[in-house]
Amino acid sequence: MSEHLLEVRGIDAYYGPIQALREVSLHVDKGEIVTLIGANGAGKTTLLNTLFGNPRALVGHILFRGEEITRLPTYQIAKRGLALVPEGRHIFPGMTVEENLVMGTIPVGMEHADEDRQAMFELFPRLEERRDQRAGTLSGGEQQMLAIARALMARPEMILLDEPSLGLAPLVVKRIFEVLREIAGLGKTIFLVEQNANHALKLADRGYVLVNGVIELQGSGKELLGNPQVRQAYLGGH
Amino acid sequence: MDWHILGQQLVNGLTLGSIYGLIAIGYTMVYGIIGMINFAHGDVYMISAYLTAISLAVLSAFGVESVPFAIVVTLGLTMFITGVYGWSIERVAYRPLRGSTRLAPLISAIGISLLLQNYVQVAQGARNQGIPSLIDGVFRVGNDKDFVQMTHVQLLIVIASFGAMAGLTWLIQRTSLGRQCRATQQDRHMAEILGINTDRIISTVFVIGAAMAAIAGTLVTLNYGSFDFFVGFVTGIKAFTAAVLGGIGSLPGAMLGGILLGLFESLFSGFVNTDYKDVFSFSVLVLVLIFRPSGLLGRPEVEKV
Ligand SMILES: Nc1ncnc2c1ncn2[C@@H]1O[C@H](COP(=O)(O)OP(=O)(O)OP(=O)(O)O)[C@@H](O)[C@H]1O
Ligand SMILES: [Mg+2]
Repeated sequence: MSEHLLEVRGIDAYYGPIQALREVSLHVDKGEIVTLIGANGAGKTTLLNTLFGNPRALVGHILFRGEEITRLPTYQIAKRGLALVPEGRHIFPGMTVEENLVMGTIPVGMEHADEDRQAMFELFPRLEERRDQRAGTLSGGEQQMLAIARALMARPEMILLDEPSLGLAPLVVKRIFEVLREIAGLGKTIFLVEQNANHALKLADRGYVLVNGVIELQGSGKELLGNPQVRQAYLGGH
Repeated sequence: MDWHILGQQLVNGLTLGSIYGLIAIGYTMVYGIIGMINFAHGDVYMISAYLTAISLAVLSAFGVESVPFAIVVTLGLTMFITGVYGWSIERVAYRPLRGSTRLAPLISAIGISLLLQNYVQVAQGARNQGIPSLIDGVFRVGNDKDFVQMTHVQLLIVIASFGAMAGLTWLIQRTSLGRQCRATQQDRHMAEILGINTDRIISTVFVIGAAMAAIAGTLVTLNYGSFDFFVGFVTGIKAFTAAVLGGIGSLPGAMLGGILLGLFESLFSGFVNTDYKDVFSFSVLVLVLIFRPSGLLGRPEVEKV
């Protein structure tokens, strides 16, 4: 059996009677940057949430480091080394920036907290300036950086991001993608969900295209960038 | 104006208010974390009064003579057992109904409330129960006719309540458990994704609320010495009023609301009418709900999406 870091085998997921994912299979190898692109409502967020057990995959298997995590309770999945930067950021608005970072350390404990917090402040100097500010008062871009930093505080083997560039100014988007490259340079495996297909495919080693809950295409970042179907649907036809 | 009456009512109000504050904590923390009112909370307080009497009786039967020792053991025991009640209420009345309509757990909690009242009535009898006074002594200022006094029990109540509130504030603000409680309160699903077992946190909050009510139950029993199976009802609604006054969901709000309500009620009894003091307190509840439903310290979170 080949050892992928993350392997999704034929999962189906439902919201009540509505099927949101159909026999989705994909894999991510250690050290890769893999992206998943797709239109609004394709099921991208559902896929990430299914990896964290909500909604549960009714059919199929999810393996991480070769171990089945399909039925683990959500709170135990972080302890296996997966961290999520969710759609809409979901920082804790009533906590300070610093407390939000500490919340990321739950799976690993406080042992490396000081050192890791310092590393995050180097990666995102804006957060250091605002360390005692309530996170709910940060700008959208700052909140996104905080959500990424919080995920990294768990020292995850793999980080999953759900449209981190959504609603941000072009300069901030550029900064986010630079940061992703830096994070990859640190040896983290990245799974990036994006609608910003151009940026995402340029960054990624490989990509998948999700259409109505089904994986329609897959290939290297370059291949997908050159694919006429992808260009037509996701890159404005240029 | 009779200054000694004012002074006396302030002392009484502070004592009463500390008790309301302690019980209000349970309402506000549970509301904060699951968005629902624990209707059995008043009865948890009632249970703690009985446990206090039982514990003191057993200790004295075993020949324990040191009053401070008896009180400390009783407090610890009562907090523990009452905490188990709080934990069980969440397990039985709330957890199985998560995800159903909001009304369902409220009804099951009222069911638990009736169950506890009737079970205590059957097991302990419907009559008023009492314990002998353990702590005598007063501090008194003024002359023989006009004076303000604070009994040693009242002082104990105020000190213990403020101590408990300070300790809890520290726990919530400074410890990892406290941060996990706040995270669960602010965004339960995200807390879960970050690795927090939020079921455990919710249980913990019920236990903390019950333990705080137990401190109140023990202290009140030491003060008044008498109680029956129905004491949880009126006291519970008063404490709930305090929680709403302070801003339901807000921990400092519960403490502030409790102390203010105690002061209002005592001043009203001292200067207007004692018989109508409950009516007065419930009018406060109605007025707050009409004019400032978010309470004194509760404010909607400022949040950017
Ligand atoms: N909680 C929910 N309950 C019911 N249906 C849902 C729920 N969440 C998503 N859906 C439905 O599942 C489908 C996939 O939604 P999903 O959020 O996964 O799409 P997405 O690819 O992330 O879209 P976007 O790019 O807009 O974020 C949609 O049809 C959506 O309406
Ligand atoms: Mg989405």
